[in-house]
Formats: sequence, structure tokens, C-alpha cells
Amino acid sequence: MLKQILSITQLGIRSIPDRLGPSLVIVVGLAGVVAVFTALLAMAAGFQSTLESAGRPDVAIVLRGGSQAELNSGISREQGTIIKQAPGVAQGADGLPLASAEVVVIAELVKPGEKTGSNITVRGVEPAAFTLRPQLRIVEGRNFTQGLRELIVGQGVAGQFEGARLGASLRMRGSDWTVVGVFASGDAFESELWSDVDVAQSTFNRQGYSSVRLQFAGAGDLQMIKDALSADPRVNVDVETEEQYFSGQTEQFRKTIGILAVFVTTIMGLGAVFAALNTMYAAVGARAREIATLRAIGFRGLPVVVSIMLESLILALIGGLLGALAAYVLFNNMVVSTLGANFTQVVFRFAVTPELVVNGLIIAVAIGMVGGFLPALRAARLPVTTALRAA
Amino acid sequence: MTRTGFVIANLWRKKTRTVLTLLSIVTAFLLFGLLQAVNVLFSAGADFIGASRLVTQARVSFTQSLPIRLLPQIESVPGVEHVMWQQWFGAVYQENTQLVFLAADPARLRLVYPEYVMPDAEWKAFEQTRTGMIVGRNLANQHGWKIGQKVPIASNIFPQQDGSKNWTFDLVGIYDGKDADWQRSTNVGWINFAYFDEANQFGRGLAGTYTIKLADEDQAERVAQTIDAMFENSPDETKTQTEKDFNIGFIKQIGDIGLIVRWILFAVFFTLLLVVGNTIAQSVRERIPELAILKTLGFKDGSVLGFVLAEAAALCVIGGLLGLAIATPIGVAITRATGGNLPIAVDGRVWVVGAIAILVLSLAVGLLPALRAKRLTIVDALAGR
Repeated sequence: MLKQILSITQLGIRSIPDRLGPSLVIVVGLAGVVAVFTALLAMAAGFQSTLESAGRPDVAIVLRGGSQAELNSGISREQGTIIKQAPGVAQGADGLPLASAEVVVIAELVKPGEKTGSNITVRGVEPAAFTLRPQLRIVEGRNFTQGLRELIVGQGVAGQFEGARLGASLRMRGSDWTVVGVFASGDAFESELWSDVDVAQSTFNRQGYSSVRLQFAGAGDLQMIKDALSADPRVNVDVETEEQYFSGQTEQFRKTIGILAVFVTTIMGLGAVFAALNTMYAAVGARAREIATLRAIGFRGLPVVVSIMLESLILALIGGLLGALAAYVLFNNMVVSTLGANFTQVVFRFAVTPELVVNGLIIAVAIGMVGGFLPALRAARLPVTTALRAA
Repeated sequence: MTRTGFVIANLWRKKTRTVLTLLSIVTAFLLFGLLQAVNVLFSAGADFIGASRLVTQARVSFTQSLPIRLLPQIESVPGVEHVMWQQWFGAVYQENTQLVFLAADPARLRLVYPEYVMPDAEWKAFEQTRTGMIVGRNLANQHGWKIGQKVPIASNIFPQQDGSKNWTFDLVGIYDGKDADWQRSTNVGWINFAYFDEANQFGRGLAGTYTIKLADEDQAERVAQTIDAMFENSPDETKTQTEKDFNIGFIKQIGDIGLIVRWILFAVFFTLLLVVGNTIAQSVRERIPELAILKTLGFKDGSVLGFVLAEAAALCVIGGLLGLAIATPIGVAITRATGGNLPIAVDGRVWVVGAIAILVLSLAVGLLPALRAKRLTIVDALAGR
């Protein structure tokens, strides 16, 4: 039985070069489906990993109750002090709480040659901010000096916008800022401009902060912070880990892209099924005599069915692999940007992960199976005598 | 048998193949129609807005509120007919549905946006009800709101004096758009600025952004420059642009999605080209002896070319139109399902591009086999060479 399947499949595959055009249809059709599917989900994966790697499980972010994003939140100076002194907050070497009160404002920066600007986050931070984000390092120039109108820019925006490069000067709210450094962090912070919190507050006329970040040691400490702050009538805040905060922000985007990917893939996949059916029916038609001969000399129906399905599967798999490869070559690490939850640009890269490639191949195989099945049945049911007499 | 009949008979000879090819074209154009609609949304979605209005925002970003004290200065600029201002409310309905709600002065809103159609009595009620709100027809339908209802809306930005972020407004009016484009954009809710300004805990006297109705569209550039020059080098530097540019800038920020849609369109079209092209080429190959017989019977080279081209075109036109026809109601369904947030309209513009695509496809897949059929020499073809 196995031998029969093998020999018929071999026959079929050897004759593919004679039917190159129709066979290419399956390959290209599936390549298209898998490439689109992989590219779309690679975009979602890249966005997710950029935001989620920005969030640490041992840092809490405190926002005003019900704010959902730092941009909407507001915390007064007094409340900021109360929050930092909550029990459970880790202490630094200097005995002060390891906490950073930060202010987030938006600046419109213009790409060279464009008229409309893009929203970029300007984040005013306290010195502890760098301890709370150990992944962040200055790669060019130096850090800003406290009290001066100096900025450091993330690698994601550096060079992409007018004024966002080392040594340049940026005009915001009637005053000039000097860019003194470029930093890298490999996550969403790379899409931001950072400055001293006090200078940012005075320039943008903000009395308080947008958020407070707190370092804590364990889950027990986080609970302690939450309990203390919810019991305090002077503050009304939401406390969650940075990890949860950023993960929540990707949810909407992932959902949207996920729906789009499923929708587009389904319709394209349907088209590919029709194309595959067409090709395999044509293949069966072209080989009708050969198949009938095999049946006449004693080959059974099942090996015929299996071998035709195998042929369709192999072609589909080749198409799927080509599609995944195309998605990888064209899109992997491609830098794009979109609006994040703070209404500002988040720069991220497409990530074509092995998991996505495997899923794409599964889709290809499924379509190949469906496309091969009906034609295979027809081949097996071919009345031997008529087929032999025809053509 | 007429020539049309001959083409149809040929198409119908291999039913399975014709139907399958037709179905792949239908699915491809279904996708094409929807994606092209998304493309239109991102590239020219703001066309209907026109250039009769300017938006003045803070130079640094529109999220930075401009103070209300700029109003008299802006109003004094020649060429400015009416001015309104609107503050972003950060509305959240029920669990976590974010809505577009803006606080504005009712009388000024009516003057600046004559495209909003609402009965006089409702405009009057909006002016006179401090806690009143009006919403667009789409928004009202989506949540089943009726006039007279009290609607709880939370803000993710503004607390009331007592610190609570849960607000309640009286629905006093539902507005429509003056035409189909404006009707599609009736997803915005408006609340009374006077009440909002007094009842919220902080930020009194903050206007947000200004919208200016121009007396004459041609003056847009001059008025914009005059306004921006007035506030240069102050803490409240402004940036004034047409409402259309403001919206385009906003859509553009969602990013390179237009580009990605174009990539998908390209992939779909290319795949389609191959599938249909191959089928037609195959059917011509199989019929070479028949075509030779046609020529023997006296049909001209041109007629044979015409037969093959007509077959290809028939497949593409029928499949393409069917696909676009199916895409149209699906677009409406998506618009409904997303509550107008993704107004996908497979409208005239999309149909025109679709028609061009059908034409290009017909030629691309039909021309090569047709030329081959035309160039057949009778003797070679009959001999199977």
C-alpha cells in the first residue's frame, strides 16, 4: 500500500514540470495568503513586544483614578510626595524612595519635507527614572543637566524628525531646547524625548505630574502600596505594575490587527482554495489516462487519492514557505510607527516570529488539503474504461 | 450561433473550471473593494469637509489647551466670520467604550457647523439646558439613546468639583448630517461648555482648540498666517491650518497603515493575475486545433483574437462586478458593527478604481493567449506542431 502511494506520488511529482503553469498557481496563491497573514500579525507582534518590554514587573505606575493613560492623568505635587512615601516603596542607596514623578506632554515634530506634524511624547523625569529603567543607556552625547533646557532623544525618533538629533535645537512653547544626547532602550521609551521634570513643568505650565513610578521588592510590597494609597483620602489613584499598564495598552491594537488578519486571510484563503481546486482538477484531467492505466494494472483507489492530495500538499507547502520567506525579507525589522495610548507616536519594528511562520504554514497545508481532496476523489472514481478510451 | 453565444458556449464547456475561476475573481474583488475603501478612508477621507474652516491649536500640540482669552484677538482678524472653541472631554461610556465628546458653546457650534441639521427646538433646548448634550444620529442609534434620557458619561480626564469623574448629561437633541458624507461622521457628542467649565475641578478658562468659520475660503492662508503671527513668541504660540489638513494630519498619524493596505492590494492583485491568466492560457492551449478550424472556416485573425479576449473579459467583468457588489453591503455592515468608527464605504470612487482594475486585469490575462490564438498558422495548428 505505502509502496503504491509512493510510486504514484513520484509519478505525479515528476510530471509537475510538464504542468508548470497550473502548479505555479497553487504555489503563488498560497505564497500570497501566507505572506499577507504573516506580515499583518508580525506588525501586531512587533508593537506588542515594543510596548511590553518597556514594562517591568517590579515597578508600579501610579495614575489618577480612571485615567487609563499617562496623558489623561494628573497628580499634584503634594500627592506626588505622599505617593512616593507610601510603605512598600523600595529605598535607594541614599535612603530616599526609589521613585520618579514624571510629567508627560506632547510636542508636534515634523518629518523633513512634511507639512503636518507627528505627536511625540516629551517626558520630564527625576534622576531616579534611570534607576527604574536599567535597560536605558545613553549611546551618543551625554545626559541632560538638571535645571537646563536640555533634552535627550530616543533612538526611534532621533534623525526621523526635524530637530531631533544630537546638537540640534528644538522650539517648544516659545523657548529653545538643546538636544545633548541620544538614548537606546529597545522598547517604547525610544520613541520619546526626555528632559528634567522641573524644567518641563515650568515650560509647559504644569503644576503637578502625570504619573509616579515606584520600585518595589515583591508582590507583598505592591499590595502594601495599593492598600496605603487607597486608604488615604488625600489621593485618588490607580496603582498597577508597569507590565500590566503596557500590556493593557496593546490590547486594542492586537485585537484590531487580529480581526483584520483573520478577515483578510479568510477571504484570500477562500480564493486560494478555488485556485487550488482548479489546478488539481486540471492535473487530474491531464493525467486521466495515466491514472486509469494504473487502476487497470491493479493499483487501488486509496493510493490514488492519497498521492494526489500529497501533491497538492507539497505544492501548498512550497507556496507557504515562499510566502513566509517573502514576509520575512520584505517586512521583518521594518520600522513603522503608529499612535499609542498616549496619543503619541510609538515607533516599532515588524517581528516575523517562528510561531507566526508555523501558523502560516498550517494555513497553507489546510488549504492544500481542501484543494486536493475533491479532485483526488474524482481521480479515484474515474471509470477506467472511459478514461482509457478518451483522448 | 451568434458570436456572443459562441463565447458563452465556450466558457460553459468546462463548467467546473469556469465556476472556480469566477469564484476566485469574486473573492479577489470582494477583498479589493473593501481594502480600496480603507485606502480611500486614509488618503482622501476628509475631502467633503472643504476648506471653509480653520483650526487653531497650540503650536506645540493640539493636546495642549489654548486659553479662552485668545478669543477676542482671533475674532478681530478680518475674514473671520464665526469662532467657536472645543475642549476634548475624554468621554468613557459604560465599561470601557471611549467616545468622542467635546465641550462647546451651543450657539457658536450652530454657526460654525451649518452642516449639522437639527430642529430649532432642539438647538434652543441645547442652549438653555446647562447639563444638556446633543449627539450625532449614528452615536444615538449605536447606544439606543432617546431624547429626554439622562446619560451617564465618565471622563478619563476631568473630575467634577467633588472629585468624581462620573458625569450625567440630559440628551436634548440628535443631529443629522446635511448629506451622506456628513451623516457618516455623526459620531460626535457635544456638551455645554459653560456648564463643563464651571463644574470641572481644574483648568477653568481653557478653550482647547479654536475652530474658525471663514467668510471667504480663498482667505484661508492669509487668516491663518495673521493668527499665528499674533501669538508668536508668546507662551501660547498657535498653529492654524484648514480643518481638512488638521484631519488628514490626524489620520496620517495612525501611521503607515495606508502603505500596508497597498501591499496587501498588490499581493491580492498579483495572485489573481496568475490564477486567471493561467486558466485562460490553458483553455486556449487545449483548443488550438479548434481555433485552427475556425480560421479554416474563414474567420479572420482579428475575430479569433476577439473570441479569446472576450472570454477573458467576460470572466473578469462578471467576477469583478459580483465581488464589488458583495463588498458594498459588507462595507455597510462593518460600518454598523464598528459604530461608525471604521466608515468603510464601497462607494462610487471605489467602484471606479475597481472598474479600472477589471479592465487592466482583462487585458493582462487575455492579451497573451489572444495574441497566441491570432498568430496561429492553420497548418501547424492542425498538425499539432
